[in-house]
Amino acid sequence: MHYTFNWSFFFKSIGGKETYLTWLVTAWEWTLTISFFGFLVAFILGAIVGIFRTTNNKYLVTFGNIWTEIFRNIPLLVQIFLWYHVIPHFIPIINKAPRIVLVVMAIGLFTSSRVSENFKSGIQSLSIAQKHAGLALGLNTLQLYWYALLPQAIRIIIPTLTSEAMNIIKNSSVAFAISIAELTMFAMQAQEETARGIEIYLVVSVLYFISAFAVNLISQFIEHKIKIPNQTFVKQ
Amino acid sequence: MIEFKNVSKWYGNFQVLNNCTFSIQKGDVVVICGPSGSGKSTLVKTINALESIQQGEIIVDGIKLNDPQTNLPQLRARVGMVFQNFELFPHLNVIENLTLAQIKVLGRSKDQAITYGLKYLERVGLLSQKDKFPGQLSGGQQQRVAIARALSMDPIIMLFDEPTSALDPEMVGEVLDVIVKLAKEGMTMCVITHEMSFAKNLSKRVIFMDEGKIVEDCSKDKFFGNPDLLSARAKEFLSKILRNN
Ligand SMILES: Nc1ncnc2c1ncn2[C@@H]1O[C@H](COP(=O)(O)OP(=O)(O)O)[C@@H](O)[C@H]1O
Ligand SMILES: [Mg+2]
Repeated sequence: MHYTFNWSFFFKSIGGKETYLTWLVTAWEWTLTISFFGFLVAFILGAIVGIFRTTNNKYLVTFGNIWTEIFRNIPLLVQIFLWYHVIPHFIPIINKAPRIVLVVMAIGLFTSSRVSENFKSGIQSLSIAQKHAGLALGLNTLQLYWYALLPQAIRIIIPTLTSEAMNIIKNSSVAFAISIAELTMFAMQAQEETARGIEIYLVVSVLYFISAFAVNLISQFIEHKIKIPNQTFVKQ
Repeated sequence: MIEFKNVSKWYGNFQVLNNCTFSIQKGDVVVICGPSGSGKSTLVKTINALESIQQGEIIVDGIKLNDPQTNLPQLRARVGMVFQNFELFPHLNVIENLTLAQIKVLGRSKDQAITYGLKYLERVGLLSQKDKFPGQLSGGQQQRVAIARALSMDPIIMLFDEPTSALDPEMVGEVLDVIVKLAKEGMTMCVITHEMSFAKNLSKRVIFMDEGKIVEDCSKDKFFGNPDLLSARAKEFLSKILRNN
């Protein structure tokens, strides 16, 4: 069990001013970019679809249910390939989109099905009487959701949304499958070129950990910011 | 002002309202009582169309509720409702609870809404609590805020669905006082309650419901004073409830 760590290769040039270290940083940026925009797509679409599923409109409910089942029951990796190989066949304009957009869409839609579940159960955990109270004051459906139901639901589901955001950071690694130079892709290529797999995978693991952990801290900060005195929003 | 004509409603095969006909005039104070599950809450919720009906007709202030043309939010804004569990919005403080619908539904300016809100908050004796959140108030205080919230909308009628049954006994009085005062000032209202002494105090008229039917619609003097003239079910209900109190 003797292994001599050697980190110096990080400063080795890979062409011009670029070193393995600058490549690593760029790869981390890709991971964070995919994750950020992936979550943005997942949050917006998931919220809308989840809200649809709690309405009294059977078309919206059915649409939301189908959406959720489709994107939740196909493996993420397969969904990425669908965006890359299959969908452009039917919608040629997709071919023109940069690969990063495909990955963001794939991860965003996949995660939107999970976010939709969160929103649905968060809203449904509120009592019918709260809904009635809003309606009785004359709020229309949009106002009811925006001013009365969603502010409560979001506080209830912040913990589960946080896990989804952390999952996205980890799931972004599937982008290597269509050759996007994010952290996992970097790790695989750099280890092939340098044979320094141990160092590389240690560093990459630490960066994934830091990223996910930062998400957790941000979420705790938000949770604290929007906390209501003496009020616990517990999911029933 | 409120007309029910042969109103029936079903949940699946279960008939929850059975051919209900009655009316409420401006200034009337009506107590609705009856056994649990008899359809009281459902009946009251049909007045502001929180519950739909399958048969009959409901007219509120000249507006037909089952007409698809009716703008329900606008109508509901003019019917105040107070719930058993208060149903303040827990993420908004007291003054925000009072002003939300005034601003968003009635289109009042924020200043105007606050003026109205504070006026009614003072009426229910809670001016000092205006910046608190519902979770920081007692049940009795929350229910008084809920009453002020409904009043801030200038309702033509107030509906109360067991406004004190979720309260600790020592807080019942402060809420009943507010309601009695409102009735004395001439507010039209419809109150579901099991507090019989309060009912006697409050209104001249009692509606007794059983199994979705309006079994009695009579003066309080008849209801409480002349049990022999009442139906068997009403008599049974009264003797049970008076024994428990
Ligand atoms: N959403 C619903 N679906 C099915 N049954 C209901 C629903 N709401 C109420 N009921 C039933 O209708 C009956 C009357 O309910 P309710 O009006 O709440 O009675 P009350 O207020 O007099 O206790 C009860 O038997 C209740 O179980
Ligand atoms: Mg009831």
